[in-house]
Amino acid sequence: MNDFHDRLTKLVGHQCQAIEMKGGELVLHVALADLVSVLKAVRDDTELAVTQLSDLTAVDFPERPERFDVVYQMLSVNNNMRLRIITRADEGDIVPSVIGLFRSADWAEREVWDMFGIYFSGHPDMRRLLTDYGFEGHPLRKDFPLTGYVEVRYSDTERRVVYEPVHLNQEYRDFDFLSPWEGMQLPQVGDDSDTDEEQAGA
Amino acid sequence: MGIIDPSKHEPGAVSATPLSADMPIPPGPDQDAILAAVGDEIANRGFVIAKADKLFNWARSGSLWPMTFGLACCAVEMMHSAASRYDMDRYGMLFRPSPRQSDVMIVAGTLTNKMAPALRRVYDQMPEPRWVLSMGSCANGGGYYHYSYAVVRGCDRIVPVDVYVPGCPPTAEALIYGLLQLQKKIRRTATIARI
Repeated sequence: MNDFHDRLTKLVGHQCQAIEMKGGELVLHVALADLVSVLKAVRDDTELAVTQLSDLTAVDFPERPERFDVVYQMLSVNNNMRLRIITRADEGDIVPSVIGLFRSADWAEREVWDMFGIYFSGHPDMRRLLTDYGFEGHPLRKDFPLTGYVEVRYSDTERRVVYEPVHLNQEYRDFDFLSPWEGMQLPQVGDDSDTDEEQAGA
Repeated sequence: MGIIDPSKHEPGAVSATPLSADMPIPPGPDQDAILAAVGDEIANRGFVIAKADKLFNWARSGSLWPMTFGLACCAVEMMHSAASRYDMDRYGMLFRPSPRQSDVMIVAGTLTNKMAPALRRVYDQMPEPRWVLSMGSCANGGGYYHYSYAVVRGCDRIVPVDVYVPGCPPTAEALIYGLLQLQKKIRRTATIARI
């Protein structure tokens, strides 16, 4: 583990923004411009041999200026080491595709495009993967509502399936099973004053 | 029928004739007369037609060939019901891969928006008489994914459903029970004139 970490730092440390161990896992933070070169370097190095891209996803932090975290989960089969490489991208940013380095990025990038709207340049077939044909919107963004905008039913008059704005007969309910009384403040660890509970329980 | 007595409900209202459609009829001679009239097939339709109906319904319910629309996890329970413990073959049910050769479509699993036109197309390809059995809570009303953006909230938005089998997933036994209920429905409601 330490050898791997040291070798990694020596090889690509100058190109990365940060290398850290988070929760027992190795994480690399890379700028968008250095992404392909870092991935190529760790893949081609004979000692590190990070030859497998296990997963490619994104995370949406809408309050941040660069809202998307594009995450590359890597695996080195020979060393039995997993590595996570994270870049940041904004809404209109175009991320270079790594399909030339790892073929498994093909559908993974299509999925990220479909779910988040992050475009990958150099991808031969950038189209939707999971959502409906003609679906508008990117569902896994935080500002996309859970229930979506359209729903589907069969219309007898038109003899086909039609799309209509969503109408829920029962609204989405949030069950908070921790507190049977709304507004009750559960006692915190180390809280030994009983008066606080009585005041908050109204 | 008859649990709520309408005459006791509104003391001021004048009760209409016992056969008005909006009032439930309490048990008694009136109700018996209606039930006898409805159930009296031979008097209504004649001996030959009633017996022919019974023959056709026996044939239809006795060899219901399902066209499986196994979409998600419920499909596995459907496989269980066709396997050796709850054998569906002893009821004459034989799974057909083609809609053109099947009687009943078992919608087993979550119906997504993308799949909805395909479901409708498969249903349209089935020849009459055909029935639909909705299996599992996702097919009944959206189920676990009811509030999702990509799920049809119940396959009855797309195809007309005859029997709903609740469960997540319904046990294989529950599915067999639902199919037996469908058989009873066929015997009860199918007539020659309906085709």
